[in-house]
Amino acid sequence: MSKPSHNNFTVKFANVNGTGSSSANGMFMKSIFRMGIPVVGKNYFPSNIQGLPTWYEIRASEKGYLSPSGTVDIMVAMNAQTYAEDLASVEPGGYLIYDSSWPRKELMTRDDITVLGVPLAKMCNEAFDTARSRTLMKNTAYVGVLSALLEMDMAVIEQLLLDTFGTKKHLIDANKVALDMGFNYAKENFKCPLIFRAKTSNKTDGHIIIDGNATAALGCVFAGATVGSWYPITPSTSLMDAFSGYCHSLRKDKETEKNNYSIIQAEDELAAIGMALGAGWNGARSFTPTSGPGISLMGEFLGFGYYTEIPTVVFDVQRTGPSTGMPTRTQQCDLMACAYASHGDTKHVCLYPANPEEAFYLSTEAFNLAEQLQTPVFVLSDLDIGMNDWMVKDLEWEDGYQPKRGKVLGKEELDNMENFYRYLDVDGDGIPYRTIPGRHPKGAYFTRGSGHNKLGGYTEDAAEYQDVVDRLLIKWETAKTLVPQPDISYSKKNKIGIISIGSCNDAIREARDVLKKQGQALNYLRVKAFPFNDQVEKFMTQHEKIFVIEQNRDGQLHHMLITETNIDPRKLESLRFYNGIPIFAKDIIQKIEDRINAGQAA
Amino acid sequence: MSYIKKPKIIRDNALRNKLGMTLTDYEGVMSTLCAGCGHDSITGAIIQTVFDLNIEPHRLIKLSGIGCSSKTPAYFASQSHGFNSVHGRMPSVATGAHSANSELFCIGVSGDGDTLSIGMGQFTHAIRRNLNMLYVIENNGVYGLTKGQFSASADVGSTAKKGAPNVQIPIDPCQVAISIGATFVARSFSGDKDQLVPLLKAGLMHRGFAMLDVISPCVTFNDHEGSTKSYMSTRESKREALYTDYIEPFSEIEIDYDQGSSIEIDLHEGGKVILRKAEKEFSPLNKSDSIRVIREAADEGEMLTGLLYIDENTPDFTEMENTVNKPLNEIPFDDLCPGSESLISLQKNYK
Repeated sequence: MSKPSHNNFTVKFANVNGTGSSSANGMFMKSIFRMGIPVVGKNYFPSNIQGLPTWYEIRASEKGYLSPSGTVDIMVAMNAQTYAEDLASVEPGGYLIYDSSWPRKELMTRDDITVLGVPLAKMCNEAFDTARSRTLMKNTAYVGVLSALLEMDMAVIEQLLLDTFGTKKHLIDANKVALDMGFNYAKENFKCPLIFRAKTSNKTDGHIIIDGNATAALGCVFAGATVGSWYPITPSTSLMDAFSGYCHSLRKDKETEKNNYSIIQAEDELAAIGMALGAGWNGARSFTPTSGPGISLMGEFLGFGYYTEIPTVVFDVQRTGPSTGMPTRTQQCDLMACAYASHGDTKHVCLYPANPEEAFYLSTEAFNLAEQLQTPVFVLSDLDIGMNDWMVKDLEWEDGYQPKRGKVLGKEELDNMENFYRYLDVDGDGIPYRTIPGRHPKGAYFTRGSGHNKLGGYTEDAAEYQDVVDRLLIKWETAKTLVPQPDISYSKKNKIGIISIGSCNDAIREARDVLKKQGQALNYLRVKAFPFNDQVEKFMTQHEKIFVIEQNRDGQLHHMLITETNIDPRKLESLRFYNGIPIFAKDIIQKIEDRINAGQAA
Repeated sequence: MSYIKKPKIIRDNALRNKLGMTLTDYEGVMSTLCAGCGHDSITGAIIQTVFDLNIEPHRLIKLSGIGCSSKTPAYFASQSHGFNSVHGRMPSVATGAHSANSELFCIGVSGDGDTLSIGMGQFTHAIRRNLNMLYVIENNGVYGLTKGQFSASADVGSTAKKGAPNVQIPIDPCQVAISIGATFVARSFSGDKDQLVPLLKAGLMHRGFAMLDVISPCVTFNDHEGSTKSYMSTRESKREALYTDYIEPFSEIEIDYDQGSSIEIDLHEGGKVILRKAEKEFSPLNKSDSIRVIREAADEGEMLTGLLYIDENTPDFTEMENTVNKPLNEIPFDDLCPGSESLISLQKNYK
């Protein structure tokens, strides 16, 4: 049931792909943000360029809940093809806006919502000359309608138009005409405002609106990555696009204007990871962004990187599987595929950002860990984090930051060394020393994925082989001390806890607030890295029951927790969400209530 | 060749290059390939090449994939960084390594299986990028390590050890490489060091992708009667299209050659090649010409060798990509990290 409120509502736009709706929808969202109201946008788009249905959902939330609400208060139904389902999805008491340009024989409607017809096409056909502008301006016109219905600050929207189109005066003018047209029509024909209003607030100071592929790319730039290789794949493509864009303005050689970086579009993911490893081996900070199918293709090389101990960073912006799955829908379905990628005994360090802000910091941290631990490190974000617009705190950077390059032998050390052996555990932490090709005559060693001994020589000797793979386990223990600690919210009073991961975070935050109000407070641990450090096991030990919440069908995090710790598996209850839509707080609440009630009944 | 490790002995009167290093200094560990394997001769030719070119070992990287051929980087230049990657994927590793530091000499060693089957994709795309490397195919028409299956370079009618003939059309790496933009394409024979060494030198000093297809008979699985890649068959079918000499920088040209029918080409990384024509009406500067003479020879059952195509003018990968002329892996962090002010400023776009 939609309830009267200000600054708490969800508007959903049902559009046709390729009609230019996204810039208008973005403009609406940013206007709300600039009015100081916390807001989040979720784009549900098809794997298609033109013609298929697409939805954009914008949630305003005074409390700053950034997961989708799972309800629709105002539907802007611009796609006749999906009209019936769009109509059905509106909350009782909510509104539906549609284009009433052409009379319909029988308009499907509902008694429990308010349907508002606006002749958008008719107005735009009269006001604009070209087919393209008539199509585009319909979008701006419905923003005008909404601004009247929600009593938005028009000065904010007009300023945004100026900022967006800059010197392109004809675009500013056209958008202004369309905006006013919609605004005036709503004012004249409907009771404004609706039961919802957007009221100027101050909750967005110190924040930005950005997606996680952009912030991950910024992390690469700030971490000093110089070689990025990739093969285009949704939803990771915009990460490299963003890196390229930032490098273009921030990474030119001062004297020659040439590139202080190399971006290589590979022939496939097999090559992309090979390039990243080649560059990492040769002393550059390197990375490759991909998604699930790419991880599958990279498998062989990832095991090679693990065994030969080459640093690089792999971004997996997860999408639904299995197989091609739904490329434009989100999931956390590669947790195990990444953690144990490749044949043979392999395991990999993984980082799990919860939002674009963390994607920035964990991206930079991934480069440190890769070089400190001399191994490929994964950053597992997902389509929701990577491609949706989130409101996050301003990103910060401390000048004077120095990257952790790990154990790389320099000239003096090699000068004073009798012999250099690549895989010797000198310090007892499982991490050997490495050298960079081209720097010193004494630094040479042979990198091979075949059996090698601690001196770096080829071996088929049982003991020599085992010596090296056992030492890799010592390194794994060291990794536990270096990876980020989990985020924990803990109170001794609570016996039930939640463990979750990545982009589930905001829905869980909201669900916990609601459950607490209902008398069911839950502690919470969010895993930020694999291998799990001691804190994770300790948290499980402290609770009688733990709900493991994640976005995949098979409970991959649940499995990993059981496999990698000594916890009694009966304590863990797996709650899984895997329909490709970002997780909703209300669904979490429902499942937890059901489980707790079922437990009490038993 | 031998399983008994012998200590390296350097005689006082051993020949030394300009760096004061001997041939022995450029050797690697003992080969474990079969006695008589063509690959070992190629290894010897590579050792001679880097010795003669006075290359500092640590300024050379050597990479390979998987297979008998791909074992060989361990057998030369033990003072160079080596990288034995996964099957068919050496070109991508070379691409990444080159991107990190384009100033190093790069030799990739591959085989016909490693290049023309599992590695065909990466091979062709490294060519398209004109990656600055010497790519040697040790081509024997057969999978050795898995005991004698035909590879994609096996000729139609060539028989396996047990007598079955190959029926599938072979892939000729030279024709492929020329057609998709390799800027240096040559073919040679492991048993012809006089031809091989100048080609290796020229390939290494060429700027861009230099591919050298070296017929290298497999003594164990493909050296029998009926094989078209045996020692005997190769000696009979090979015909030199051009005689190639490599002349080091600043050295006198001592060989006798007819200037009218010869071509001199300066190489970007130093030195020059002099090509003496054996084949009439053939210019190695023209792709169509090169492919035509290779095909005509093949139609007559002959295998054309020598430098078959060269283009010293096409930009290499680094130039195409507009990358700085210094190693990316040596740029100071402060020059790479834009700093806090930039971060604050760029975030204004997200307000």
